[in-house]
Amino acid sequence: MPHVDAPAKQGPSRRGILFGGAAAGLGAIVALGIDSLSSAAAPAGGSEPLHGQAVIPFYGSHQAGITTEPQAHASYVALNLRDGLDHESLQRLLRLLSDDAARLTQGQAALADTEPELGTVPARLTVTFGFGPKLMELAGSSAGESQPLPEFKIDELEERWNDGDLLLHIASDDPLSVAHAQRMMLKDARRFASVKWVQSGFRRSRGSEASGTTMRNLFGQVDGTVNPVPGSEDFNSVVWNADGSTTMVIRRIRMNVDTWDELDRSGREFSVGRTLGNGAPTTGSKEHDEPDFEATNALGFTVIAAHAHIRRARSENTNERIFRRGYNYDEPPTGSEISNSGLIFVSYQKSVAEQYTPMQQRLSDLDALNQWTTPIGSAVFLIPQGCAEGGFIGETLFAA
Amino acid sequence: MKTSFALRTTALSAAALIALAGCAGTPAANSNPAPAGATVTMKDPWVKAIDEGMSAGFGTIRNTGGQDITITSVTSPASSDLELHETVANESGAMVMREKTGGFTIPAHGELHLEPGGSHIMLMDLAEPLKPGSTVNMSLEFSDGTSSETIAPVKDFAGANENYDGSEHEGMDHGEMDKDDSESESAHDH
Ligand code: HEM
Ligand SMILES: [Cu+2]
Repeated sequence: MPHVDAPAKQGPSRRGILFGGAAAGLGAIVALGIDSLSSAAAPAGGSEPLHGQAVIPFYGSHQAGITTEPQAHASYVALNLRDGLDHESLQRLLRLLSDDAARLTQGQAALADTEPELGTVPARLTVTFGFGPKLMELAGSSAGESQPLPEFKIDELEERWNDGDLLLHIASDDPLSVAHAQRMMLKDARRFASVKWVQSGFRRSRGSEASGTTMRNLFGQVDGTVNPVPGSEDFNSVVWNADGSTTMVIRRIRMNVDTWDELDRSGREFSVGRTLGNGAPTTGSKEHDEPDFEATNALGFTVIAAHAHIRRARSENTNERIFRRGYNYDEPPTGSEISNSGLIFVSYQKSVAEQYTPMQQRLSDLDALNQWTTPIGSAVFLIPQGCAEGGFIGETLFAA
Repeated sequence: MKTSFALRTTALSAAALIALAGCAGTPAANSNPAPAGATVTMKDPWVKAIDEGMSAGFGTIRNTGGQDITITSVTSPASSDLELHETVANESGAMVMREKTGGFTIPAHGELHLEPGGSHIMLMDLAEPLKPGSTVNMSLEFSDGTSSETIAPVKDFAGANENYDGSEHEGMDHGEMDKDDSESESAHDH
């Protein structure tokens, strides 16, 4: 296997021996335990399971990075197109970036890559392109579904996290691969566009938990339980337009973990209507149990409160559903803060106006979670369909 | 790999050349070598973006044939004056580029890397600006009279600023990329 420097001799680590030695009497058992542990982590002879070469196809009818089982690291890069770009230069930009993405996601260096070695460990690298209103108009298409959301009373949006003309959503299980792809693509975009904002997010590392495990956010909640399942008919009807496109809402939502700390466990569970232990509804026991919104407690109140997040988020209109695929962010605190954390909330849906906006309106009107969460950035992008080999993302917009 | 630029040496011209050379269907024998145009491909070609003057082309030239082949020249609609360059140390130890006399030889079953700081195809007297994301067609001409077409995307590149060996060519580097050199006509927003 490439890139493996297997240690010359395998055995309990130095630290393991020290600890083992200290545990007198249990020495043998401890040593055994450590031995099996360390061999699970780094077995000899290069049989360590590596996933750096795992590759997600770039070409296809839909863009990658949406139905892809979420990678551990993501970077969302919004660019502003420079003044004076036209139909023709825009196509050159999209060709360049599509070519970079097509190569890097397959573990090949980009053309003119000054650090080609950094391009050889894709670890499921995907690059997903999103188009803002200005790009759509330049391409000769209507801005349509990429218009910004209406204002909501809970919003405290900061201009530095809003909007953008072109979104690059770069994700991989390896943060170095994300960084390299981002730098390579920004080099190619530099003449055409400037960076508006970059949001980097993370989930648990690949291999920490079985893939498919619902993610946890920084409130400790299981976040993403009720979600259309990629590949299902249901998912297709929620997310994909007939032409293979979709739309993306990205909201930077600050989570006030410091005031969340003041809340006890039952209060936390009450705010959502789900337990922290395994994410089960407070009316059930397993994560995927169906919440019973009618169930009442001894006092006659519904167990899932009227203002609980999951009650407010759910609509009787089954068309008003979205596919959530967010990431955590955790940035350095400033001043007296000890945390600057939140959720890069990302959702995909056919229609922002019909599926996302009514839900967001309900949550803005009433949602217990609003006490601890504040949207500080918001953007909407059209995610054009995928392309075939030889093509580039967005090409169909120019065909008309 | 086909890419967004529909790259790769065109197989068509190679096939046409085989027919022309009259050895289609005949396995290449030493007495009757396959035409170079049929055994050479250029992988991952690209050309440095520049507004005017001169630029350079790079990529990996592969020879899948059993004979060494020699590229004697390159032609392109982008430039009326192309040269094959190598980069060598001059008397003072500085790396300079100069014309490669005798052309580039690619050994049988071998490849030649053209890269910034090394050998490259020099495009002088550019017909028009080489804009990033556009493409340049180049034809590699071989010593046996055959040729092979390639399509190279144009990319911004900060490096590849080798000096020309010969003071009369002062300033004829591959062009420094001006970072403010945006696509916009008017002033841009930094
Ligand atoms: C920082 C902000 C947010 C946090 C911490 C949060 C957290 C959660 C949690 C813990 C759940 C329950 C588990 C699950 O089904 O995923 C949930 C469900 C859900 N959330 Fe959020 N959420 C946030 C913002 C939003 C926003 C902005 C929307 C949409 C506008 C949204 C829509 C939903 C939906 C649709 C569900 C599933 C409801 C159902 O059971 O049908 N959430 N969220
Ligand atoms: Cu030169």
